[in-house]
Amino acid sequence: MTLAPSHTAHDSPYRPGDRPTTTSEALLLEQVHQAMAEKKPLSIQGGNTKSFLGRPVEAPVICTKSHSGIVSYDPTELVVTVRAGTLLSELETILDEKGQMLAFEPPHFGEQATVGGMVATGLAGPRRPWSGSVRDFVLGTKVITGQGKLLRFGGEVMKNVAGYDVSRLMVGSYGCLGLITEVSMKVLPKPKHQQHLSLKLPQRDALAYLEKWGQASLPLTAACFFNDTLYLRLEGGDSSVKTFANQLNGSEIDPNFWVSLKEQQLPFFKDSGLLWRCSVPSQSPVLDLPGEQILDWGGAQRWLKTSQSPEAIRTAVAKLGGHATSFTPGITTTPFHPLPNLLMRYHQRLKAKLDPSQLFNPGRMYSDY
Amino acid sequence: MNILHDERIDGKLPRVNRSVLLQELTAHLPGLHLLHKDEDLAPYECDGLSAYRTKPLLVVLPETVDQVQTIMKICHDFGAPVVARGAGTGLSGGALPIEQGVLLVLAKLNKILEINPEGRFARVQPGVRNLAISEASAPYGLYYAPDPSSQIACSIGGNVAENAGGVHCLKYGLTVHNLLKINIITVEGEFLTLGSDALDSAGFDLLALFTGSEGMLGIVVEVTVKLLPKPNVAKVLMASFDDIGKAGQAVGNIIAAGIIPGGLEMMDNLAIKAAEDFIHAGYPIDAQAILLCELDGVESDVEEDCQIVRSVLENSGATAIQMAKDEAERQRFWAGRKNAFPAVGRISPDYYCMDGTIPRRELSNVLTGIQTLSEEYGLAVANVFHAGDGNMHPLILFDANQPGELEKAEALGGKILELCVKVGGSITGEHGVGREKINQMCSQFNNDEIEVFHAVKAAFDPKTLLNPGKNIPTLHRCAEFGKMHIHNGELPFPELERF
Repeated sequence: MTLAPSHTAHDSPYRPGDRPTTTSEALLLEQVHQAMAEKKPLSIQGGNTKSFLGRPVEAPVICTKSHSGIVSYDPTELVVTVRAGTLLSELETILDEKGQMLAFEPPHFGEQATVGGMVATGLAGPRRPWSGSVRDFVLGTKVITGQGKLLRFGGEVMKNVAGYDVSRLMVGSYGCLGLITEVSMKVLPKPKHQQHLSLKLPQRDALAYLEKWGQASLPLTAACFFNDTLYLRLEGGDSSVKTFANQLNGSEIDPNFWVSLKEQQLPFFKDSGLLWRCSVPSQSPVLDLPGEQILDWGGAQRWLKTSQSPEAIRTAVAKLGGHATSFTPGITTTPFHPLPNLLMRYHQRLKAKLDPSQLFNPGRMYSDY
Repeated sequence: MNILHDERIDGKLPRVNRSVLLQELTAHLPGLHLLHKDEDLAPYECDGLSAYRTKPLLVVLPETVDQVQTIMKICHDFGAPVVARGAGTGLSGGALPIEQGVLLVLAKLNKILEINPEGRFARVQPGVRNLAISEASAPYGLYYAPDPSSQIACSIGGNVAENAGGVHCLKYGLTVHNLLKINIITVEGEFLTLGSDALDSAGFDLLALFTGSEGMLGIVVEVTVKLLPKPNVAKVLMASFDDIGKAGQAVGNIIAAGIIPGGLEMMDNLAIKAAEDFIHAGYPIDAQAILLCELDGVESDVEEDCQIVRSVLENSGATAIQMAKDEAERQRFWAGRKNAFPAVGRISPDYYCMDGTIPRRELSNVLTGIQTLSEEYGLAVANVFHAGDGNMHPLILFDANQPGELEKAEALGGKILELCVKVGGSITGEHGVGREKINQMCSQFNNDEIEVFHAVKAAFDPKTLLNPGKNIPTLHRCAEFGKMHIHNGELPFPELERF
């Protein structure tokens, strides 16, 4: 197989079009071209750990796993560029060796989780309200478009406002707008000190404390509540963490609690029941729905186990200004919160412009595109 | 190539009958503040990039969202282009009017609708000034983080359109990181909400797509921003260096030590001298470079970090290190930096501010490259640099009264931006493309990428009525620009690979 020149002709008089940089990337491009020629859609897959989210796609799989490896990593630039098929665990190990991290704590949901899947689903862990989400850390992407072109958007610099922000648009688009082959991300130093605490108190008090603490400069980076217990993570300088911990007077907990929370390994998630993710304004009151709840993200993310109908859940959550996503496959044909008609029309138009032949993951997010 | 809209290469503009449009607008919106006489239009013929001027067809200054909606519907029916404008402080000509288009000024939509301390957000109209949000939030111990140097004047709607930054971006992010929700009016006059009061929303991240889209996809009529608790304490260290390369190295060393400063700024000797002469900030005028490093947060952590940064600076070869002894001195240190542009304006009849970003490790190379270009073009360049996030602001000194100097400054500026792209950076970090950098877009993106941008535009504005000619060049323009750049049959930077 030849790597260069690719089919993307030198159509710019000024700079060459992009070429695949590895055999694995060339293979992905070739598979896309073949699907285009056969007019068949593709279902994009990385480690197959998050395929339970969204709607099933009836199409042959295009797998990114073999397109893996770190392209570049310069800790002093706080930037890493990774191929989509790279194991998330491998990336995190490499960052950890240099005292850095993906600040948004992406959930893996399995050992095979890849960086591409992390970007495509846009899911973030407990630190999200304090650090930002996946989209806040994506600086650039290399994408195979619906036109079968391998293109770059954004870059490896912190600030870049040239053109539309196509890279951030890719985050959380579940592969519906293109196949991500490479991503550049901002990374951050790991916190110097941590303490992990729990406090026994009723939910009403927990919400009141979180609201109060949110308005003060405190070394708080995770807050979760269930079973009358508030779980807190303190991170920062030695003395600020100690001072706040002393003030709280809680019991120490296993730091792995946060991993169990984000990986949905707590008994709450393992026990049977229909699971919903409700994203709401953090100051929202306790969800007025029957069933069990875990409050995460300092109140902005509520995990709900309930047998209520999707409509009832969505009405309750929308009233608070939020939205609800089904995390149990098969219970609804609209796992993602339905969009208002006008907004859906713009989603369809965007999909039609960027992926005119409905090549990538048709119907994964909504039946409408 | 002329910077003003050139129908030959930027696309044909519709011919709009001004008096008929005027009649229609006044008939539907009797109370609308509307300007159409030549002398009234003059103040609106440029934004912060004042070298380029065009009189708009009409200026409308709506005071309500309903008025904006009606204006958009009428303009859409007429096929009239619309250029949105906030406070007009933008530096890239993003709000530069076009002769055949309506200038939609959103400055009168200037109400703060809600400050919600419990939810830590502020809901404001687009004409509200950036600093006014922080001022209104201050009683609750909260503030809005992005702080462009123009923050006393620039509007939040313009900040959204340009994805504005500031001196605290490395730690607190750009506008895109600090938004929850925007309400927009589409080109057809529909009302659409992007984002939500929660931290994310269903569907594509259109909020991110709209941020920095330069008024090309819709008109922002309401913005909900995140508010942050004000750090308990902020300290500033100023370090002097006898070599700008050492200063650049020091920045990398601070970050390698695991510290993310609230602000990390660098100025070169020419900028130091200009700022000191203007503000008397107490800068060392003989230094080749200074670094301003602000550490903020909980007091004890800041103390800890100050010790670490001080020793990193010492080990990086700083010739002097000074900590602002009180709040007044801290403000003075920053005043020098925040007034660097006007300060340079005092030592040169005109200056042209660039906005390239680079990977920090390339700083020495790029500064050497700028020096070489500066000598080649015979124009001095002062360098101001958001060192933490690699955003350079070279200021090209020139005299517009000297025939040919403006063109020379533009050409030099273009070369500097191409140099930034060459080392893996971007032509704009926070000022936007607007009209100013429309040609350099062709060096950062290839034709296929530019076509994707046009596809995005077509999804929201199929008739290209919103801010035509800005942000994304036509392929025709890139072809002309490419031709212009081929010397002796060779492309510039023939070794160029994509970064």
